[in-house]
Order: sequence, then C-alpha cells, then structure tokens
Amino acid sequence: MNIVVLVKQVPDTWSERTLRPEDNTLDRDAADAVINELDDYAIEEGLRLAEAQGGEVTIVSMGPEKAAEAIRKALSMGADKAVHLSDEALRGSDGLVTSAVLASVIGRVGFDLVILGSESTDARMGTLAAMLAERLGVPQLSFASKVETDGTAISIHRQADYGYDTVEATLPAVVSVVEKINEPRYPSFKGIMAAKKKPVETLTLADLGFDPAQAGLAASATEVVSFAKRPPRAAGTIVTDEGDGGAKAAEFLASRKFI
Amino acid sequence: MAEILVLAEHDGETVKKVTTELLTLARGFGEPAVVWTGPGADSAQARLAEFGAAKVYVAESADYDDYVVAPKAELLAQLVADKSPAAVLVAATSEGREIAGRLAVKTGSGILTDVTGLSEGLVGEQSIFGGAITVQSRVRAGTPIIAVRPNAVSPEPAAGDAALELVSVPVSDAAKAARVTGRVVAERGERPELTEASIVVSGGRGLGAGEHFALIEQLADSLGAAVGASRAATDAGWYPHQFQVGQTGKTVSPQLYMAIGISGAIQHRAGMQTSKTIMVVNKDPEAPIFELADFGVVGDLFKVVPQLIEEISKRSEG
Repeated sequence: MNIVVLVKQVPDTWSERTLRPEDNTLDRDAADAVINELDDYAIEEGLRLAEAQGGEVTIVSMGPEKAAEAIRKALSMGADKAVHLSDEALRGSDGLVTSAVLASVIGRVGFDLVILGSESTDARMGTLAAMLAERLGVPQLSFASKVETDGTAISIHRQADYGYDTVEATLPAVVSVVEKINEPRYPSFKGIMAAKKKPVETLTLADLGFDPAQAGLAASATEVVSFAKRPPRAAGTIVTDEGDGGAKAAEFLASRKFI
Repeated sequence: MAEILVLAEHDGETVKKVTTELLTLARGFGEPAVVWTGPGADSAQARLAEFGAAKVYVAESADYDDYVVAPKAELLAQLVADKSPAAVLVAATSEGREIAGRLAVKTGSGILTDVTGLSEGLVGEQSIFGGAITVQSRVRAGTPIIAVRPNAVSPEPAAGDAALELVSVPVSDAAKAARVTGRVVAERGERPELTEASIVVSGGRGLGAGEHFALIEQLADSLGAAVGASRAATDAGWYPHQFQVGQTGKTVSPQLYMAIGISGAIQHRAGMQTSKTIMVVNKDPEAPIFELADFGVVGDLFKVVPQLIEEISKRSEG
C-alpha cells in the first residue's frame, strides 16, 4: 500500500506568533518552527497501517527550506522517503492554491491513502482534507478517530459533536485524523540515524509544470487586508477563598445577570 | 438585491441557533436565502421567517445525510451557478468548513473561515493565533464563501417570507464515495452543544480523576451550560475527546466561560480566549489562566464549586 502522509511546519504555539507588516503573511522568522501537532498522529497512523498491510510511507511537505527539519523528524519516526516542495513563489498561498499544488505532488507520487492532520495549529482552517478529496476525486474520510482497512475497503470513525459516525469507502482515499486516534511514537536513536540516509526529493513548481504566477499571495483567492494585536483583557477581580469563594463567585455571576 | 445563500444546520426538525446568527449577518449584505438539505424544512419555516429568510431552497433527498459532506457541496455549487449569490454563508463547524472547502474548489472561490464579524465589502474579521491577533480579510476571487464562528453574532429577529422552493439537484456518484453506515450518539443528557452554548463550564487537571467531572456536570446543569474539558483531562481519559476546548479541539466564544482546575496553557487559551466573560477557579494563584479572568477564585475547587452550586440553586429558588 502506498501511503502519503502530509506534514506541515508551523510556528510554535508557545512562541510569539505574528504576521509580516509588509504583506500580512505569516512571519516565519518571528517564531520557532515545529512540526504541526496533529501531523505526528497522521505519521503514526500511516506507519501502523504500513506495518500491518505492508507498503511504503512517503512524507509530502510544502514549505520553505527550513521545513526540511519537520520532514527529517517524520523520517526519523519511520517513514520511508519524502518529497519536499519548496519554492519562493509559494509564499502566502491560500488554501485553494495550497490544495492544488499538493494534489499535483500527491498525484505524481501515487497513492492508495493520503493521511493528514485534521487541521494545522497556525491557519486552523480544517479544510485541506476536503479540498484534496475534491481535487483528487477520491472519498473524503475526515476527522477520523479510528481507521481500519484491508487494503481495498476502508472504514473510519468520523468524530462529531454528538459522538461519531462510521463511514465506509473504497481505496484510494483521503483520511484526516484527530488526536484520539493513536499515541505517536518518539523517534528512536536508531531512527534518527537512519533518517539521515533516507531519500528526500526536492521539487519546485517548475518540476510540477505549475506556473509560478498561479501560486503564492498574488494568485490567492483571499487576502488579509489588515491585522492588529488584540488588546489585552482588562484585569479582573481575583479573590482568595476563605470559606466564601463559592458565594463570592455566585455574587459575581448575579451581578452579570448569569443567575 | 443579490441573494446571500445561508446553509442551514438543523436536526431534521429544528434549525440550530447558529443558522439564526448567519441569517442576522446575511441581512446586512443581501437577501438571505436559506439552503435546507434533507427533510424538515416545513417545521423550521416559521423560525427561518422570524430571522428574515426571504426564501428557503429545499433539497429533500436523504443522500445529504447518508454521505460525507460532498453532496451538500455539490448542491451549493449548483445554486451558486443558478442564483449568482453575493456570498455563501456556512457555520464554521467541522462539517461547515469542509463543505466550504469543497465548494471553494468547485467554484474557484476564496474562503474565510472562523469569521467573527463582517463589515462593508464583505470584509471578514478573524481572530488568529489563539486570539492574539485580529485580522480583516476578504475574498477576491469567485463567490465569497464565509464560515462564521458560532456564537460570534447575536441573533436578532426581522420578519421574512421564508418561501419554500423545492430544488432538485441529483447527487452524483462521485459525491457518494464516502458512505455513512452508522451513527453512535454519546450520552450527554440535555446539555446544549459546546460551540453553541451561551455558558460553558470546563474542567481540567485539577479535578484529579474522571469521576470528579460529575461536579463539573452538576455546575453546568445548574446554569444550563455545556461541559468542556482541557487537553490534560481528555488525554487522561477523564472526559470524551470531542469535548476538548483548545488548539486541537473546539474553539468556543460563549457569553460566560468557567475554567475549573485548568492552569491555562496556551493550547487551552487558544480555544476560549474570545469568550465574553471568563471565570476561573484554581488553587494555584500563579496559574496563567488568571490573566484572562474577569473573576477568579484562588482556592480548592472541591470546596468552592459545591458552594457555588448551592448558591446558584438558592438564588434560583428565591
């Protein structure tokens, strides 16, 4: 089974994240870069399915040169090889452009299953799995908290507010995962050493036959017009419980007409 | 005046509150036309009229519930082609955003997700990076597709006709590729949905054990609130994962958010920072969650919360 796992390098939530004033796109220099949290779960699921079914796990990532770090981490967890799409012309691409370019890379690699995290911690759109399924013309199995496949049929638990739906389809398919799905492994020392020798193919838009004028901020269907830091919340009232904390809390709720 | 398509979220009978919020927003930019999938439009018609829907396009097929997302996107794409609306509004729920994603690809349109308000020219306000930054964005290609965060807009009534109009768009085989074969509904009593609730009570690591979530539920029920949980609590298996509030879970912006035994790691704050009023109970005065609190109690939650529940019940009797 050919499994493609998508990986995105994102600014660390723990650091100060901001946009660049000159073009309102993500300021990658302002924050530490890490692998998107849910991608660990996508990689883990890809590895488990490949271990159970046989097959290969290929990491696909779009991002600047520095994204090679995230790719290397995925390879050290056990993925077999990687494709890194890196092109300055991609900077500022919105979801529509990103999904088009990624679909093109995925098509070139070939796949039975594409696995990704259900959203990234930076853009938080949660639309990529749906867009890729639409572009690739394959079933969309998103928000999976459980995946089962025999290499032909596939079924998932699709997480919902009320619980979950069971969803069935036939491969090839796109699966997005939620964190409930598994417990991602840590790269072992052996894995980290082995990752250094694994093949990483670097592609540009030209390699894909994709016109650079159709990518990046200028070609995107959305734009950020302006941005501003949210003003800090006004300091609240903090009391220490001296046997009357609950009563004071109730008074506050009453003063705001919640009770 | 151009139409604004509003995709209804409903349970087959009653329209969800978020749809009344979408209608309220849509009225400022065009004539709101609801898109209703599956049965139940008749029973919801009065409510849709109350919030200013001019029309209701009804596609009755059961296919919309039986297959994942794609049939709804197909229907909307057809309506976009037929009606040339000024915009399409959906709720920024998991499914709403996915419908928006497929529709964007089909129509070559831009999407704004998790929008908290709209201003002239359909410029959307969004709160990003865990609420640290507010951005103004717009769509500049195709028909703007706007996914609106539930609870961000106050629903206001305005009379409309809500004239039902049957539309028949055959669902393609391609859109039937992912079939829903079963539905497992978790027990959650009569509590409101997390992203729709006007009050959310969340519990975290400070509870110490899953069974102590009963206390959170009791407090929530005394206020008619939804229950949420921090990542620490869902990871520990104390509360089901779908109730997680935070960066990898739900984003909520209720009128009142109560964080009980939650320290307020950045991952959690990302999911609740835009709540209108925030109350905190935590024994650690240094917990970062206190920075967000409008009212905070430093103390043992097992003493403070029972007393609070008792006070609430006294006041509601009085």
